[in-house]
Amino acid sequence: MEFIAKWLPYILAGISVGGQFALIAIGYTMVYGILRLINFAHGDMFMIAGLVMVYMATVLPLWVSVILVLIITVVLGCTIERVAYRPLRSAPRMSIMISAIGVSYFLQNMALYITGGLTRTYPTIDWLQKNITIMGASTKMVTIITPVLTIVLVIALVFLIKRTKIGMAMRAVSRDFDTSALMGIDINRVIAVTFIIGSFLAAVGSILYFSNYTGIMPTSGSMPGLKAFVAAVFGGIGSIPGAVVGAFVIGICENIIKGLGLTTFSDAFTFVLLIVILMVKPTGLFGEKNIDKV
Amino acid sequence: MLTIKGLNVHYGGIHALRGIDLEVADGHIISLIGANGAGKSTTLKSIMGLVAKTSGQILWNDKDITNIPTKEVVKQGIVLCPEGRRVFPDLTVEENLRIGAYLRNDKDGIQKDKEWVYELFPRMKEREWQLAGTLSGGEQQMLAVGRALMSKPKLLMLDEPSLGLAPLVIKDIFAIIKQIKDAGVNVLLIEQNAKAALEISDYAYVMETGKITMSGVGKELMNDERVKKAYLGE
Ligand SMILES: Nc1ncnc2c1ncn2[C@@H]1O[C@H](COP(=O)(O)OP(=O)(O)OP(=O)(O)O)[C@@H](O)[C@H]1O
Ligand SMILES: [Mg+2]
Repeated sequence: MEFIAKWLPYILAGISVGGQFALIAIGYTMVYGILRLINFAHGDMFMIAGLVMVYMATVLPLWVSVILVLIITVVLGCTIERVAYRPLRSAPRMSIMISAIGVSYFLQNMALYITGGLTRTYPTIDWLQKNITIMGASTKMVTIITPVLTIVLVIALVFLIKRTKIGMAMRAVSRDFDTSALMGIDINRVIAVTFIIGSFLAAVGSILYFSNYTGIMPTSGSMPGLKAFVAAVFGGIGSIPGAVVGAFVIGICENIIKGLGLTTFSDAFTFVLLIVILMVKPTGLFGEKNIDKV
Repeated sequence: MLTIKGLNVHYGGIHALRGIDLEVADGHIISLIGANGAGKSTTLKSIMGLVAKTSGQILWNDKDITNIPTKEVVKQGIVLCPEGRRVFPDLTVEENLRIGAYLRNDKDGIQKDKEWVYELFPRMKEREWQLAGTLSGGEQQMLAVGRALMSKPKLLMLDEPSLGLAPLVIKDIFAIIKQIKDAGVNVLLIEQNAKAALEISDYAYVMETGKITMSGVGKELMNDERVKKAYLGE
């Protein structure tokens, strides 16, 4: 009993942060799946979503701000694809990667300019911060909401990909652009939908993630972005279930390490995991054997 | 119904098509034969809007379709079954067929055409839920043809459907091409297998290094000395 009492809060925190990483990781893995691009700007978009919330909430009711955050992040994601990635689609893979790094720095610098480099206070969403008690462990609502919401969204997404027409088109395009075009599929539209989904999930993740913290800075997206990326690689980049499992593993392991009193090493763990995975099984848990396009 | 006039295509410095003129009339099987690298696939890809054209015109029932996007070409009723099958390996056989009907919304019509494809290729019916990547080469070719038919084309373009298939399967494929034509679909066929192609086609074009060098009724071309020498190996 004592054992549970000691560890439950860490496990709960781990599942919660894992869910948040998962929501970001899906964006990485889906964009990679379709464009073979690691969207380095994804973590920064997550940060921008946080800042949008900060500024919106000062003038608008919370629920309006939440909706606007979702919309603005989706628009931003699509704009980035349209402006920075689409023109380079037939260029060598390296060009588009460099473009992604450029967008990442651009977003960070824009945030630096807007915030003046100061930490901005993230608004408190009362409902998410409400205290609740589970099996004797006291925690916040967000801790429970995050994994539940994540699972619901993931199931919806898997359904979309496996069972709908646009999902079938996404699977086809991720394999073969030219042949997909021959079927009458609008490739640009399918890629745009991918970015819409990725940005939307990142926006949801940002609301859940930042409501655990008081402040947000231009670099606040880097660490969760990086961890979500490692989660995607760990799960096998391109695979959605892989990204989700990877994110939960990282979230839970980090918190167990914290529970062992080794907090200083909890970030390092993620990167050790990345190195080990790249050495032992570069395709990750659920990765395709042949990652290159046919 | 399809008319190509003075079509030129460049790939960087390579002048792949050098002023092609070609016509597909209603109710026919037209074939396009020629050596490797002659520009046959390029001709079909440029009809589909997959490659940029330098000059020339493509008309479909007197409508200019030279520069419309691929999706619109498919909407017009033209479909290409590409060289090398290119089925979607991690989609099931049934999904591959459904994706061939991507632009259609008539559920009943799609279902009917799916049944027609299963009639043409009973093996596809047996393997409906199998991933296309696990099919044999010949089965993948059947699926690729079936998938193309699912768009309900008025013109079906086949790029080397017999490539890499066993002689018996080739015979099947050619028999089915005839059946497809009899169902009212026009066929533009590219073939290395010139003899089989000329035998079933109403009219044929011979291509050499980006130009049409000869054309005529299929059976007549078969008796042409130059064709016999170069393509029939006689
Ligand atoms: N994407 C490309 N980039 C550069 N050159 C190309 C490209 N595609 C084709 N070519 C060149 O254009 C010419 C015509 O090619 P095409 O594929 O149309 O020939 P083909 O008649 O279909 O040959 P095969 O019978 O071998 O399939 C060739 O010289 C080929 O090397
Ligand atoms: Mg060819």
